[in-house]
Amino acid sequence: MKQHHVELTVNGRAVALEVEPRQSLADALRSKLGLTGTHLGCEHGVCGACTIIVDGDPVRGCLMLAVQAEGAEVFTVEGVSPQQGLSPIQEAMREHHGLQCGFCTPGMVVVLHHLLSTNPNPTDAEIREAISGQLCRCTGYQGIMAAARAVVASHQFDRRS
Amino acid sequence: MKAAPFDYHAPRTLPEALELLALYGPDARVIAGGQSLVPMLALRLARPEVLVDLNRIPELAGIREQDGTIRIGATTRQAHALASPLVREKLPLLHFGLSNVGHPPTRARGTIGGSLSHADPAAETPAVMLGYQARLVLASVQGERTVDASDFTAGTFETCLDEGEILKEILVTIPSPEGAAFVELSRRKGDFAMASAAARLSLDENGNCRSAHLVIGAVAPVPLRCDAAAAALGGRPVTNETVEEALALIDMDQFEFDNPDISLAYRRHIGRVLARRALTQAFERAQGLRR
Repeated sequence: MKQHHVELTVNGRAVALEVEPRQSLADALRSKLGLTGTHLGCEHGVCGACTIIVDGDPVRGCLMLAVQAEGAEVFTVEGVSPQQGLSPIQEAMREHHGLQCGFCTPGMVVVLHHLLSTNPNPTDAEIREAISGQLCRCTGYQGIMAAARAVVASHQFDRRS
Repeated sequence: MKAAPFDYHAPRTLPEALELLALYGPDARVIAGGQSLVPMLALRLARPEVLVDLNRIPELAGIREQDGTIRIGATTRQAHALASPLVREKLPLLHFGLSNVGHPPTRARGTIGGSLSHADPAAETPAVMLGYQARLVLASVQGERTVDASDFTAGTFETCLDEGEILKEILVTIPSPEGAAFVELSRRKGDFAMASAAARLSLDENGNCRSAHLVIGAVAPVPLRCDAAAAALGGRPVTNETVEEALALIDMDQFEFDNPDISLAYRRHIGRVLARRALTQAFERAQGLRR
């Protein structure tokens, strides 16, 4: 099958990819750019582990084809975390037992980063809505809620928005 | 990679897209938001030779008001329509319906026209558009035609779209101010509904029901308009008694889906419960408009 040339920015860096049309954006990020923080679970839009930010919105990386990302601005979990150490969201997830196996964590961190960047003081209902598309089979979600509340209470996102 | 190989085209104009669809015929599929089609590709339930992507065609997206009609481009994102002040104010049933669609990340990509064209019986958008008696503009290389929402949705994953034809635009006549509600029952929020109900209700100067619309979804291949039930409320006060009388007129024989885990009897039960909730909420919201 014909390869398509795609240019986009990923975590602030301009990149060019040669992709088959059938390759998902999440797969291309992992296999072509080595950004393996984005996890692929179900690969058909159910689990949310592959959630990334595209042009300002959280989207399922497995339900977007890489070829569709021409000109897009993409952020992955690597782009919303420091090079060394943990982001405030990641630190709160660790502190509040917001993960056990960690498979869903990149998607959780990405949707919480998007939520808090656009709404630094969300209600519990807004946090639940934000993570409603993310499956976690370990925590029962209470640890993730506690982590999100802790970041809200720390006001660490207030200055950024 | 899970999908079977296919060729990909991203036309920049509608005529270009229609030419491609005419050229490839049954080998082509249209992709808009991809929130239903890409899972089908991944599971190989769909194996098109060619994908024609509508996302690069600016004229297909956007919401505008013109001469008492809201015109919604087919590739308008669900999230965009959900956040639209125009939709919230003028088409509240669409607003409440969209808040039940999937999750924020699927609404960010998923489109209004894609949901209508996919025609999942459990989907909210077809029920909403049936509730509005919307008109749908379809386009192909032969030209355009306009069909009623009730004729567009033809069955489970079936529409009246011909080969090479796409949904271009949805036209909704702006109703007089009214209350609206969309309620559904699913095992987890955002999952496919086991039953849903959409209601619109406006009040006259005495606070009685002027007109009502009721649609029940996810219980049959197409959403069901419950016109006899809605008409029974016309000109009458909205009370527990009149709502119960209206609900008794829902044609339960039109309910069809009977699955091992969700029986027909259960769907009939919750269909009625949800219809009651939808009518009651729509009435309360209509009262709120009068204060």
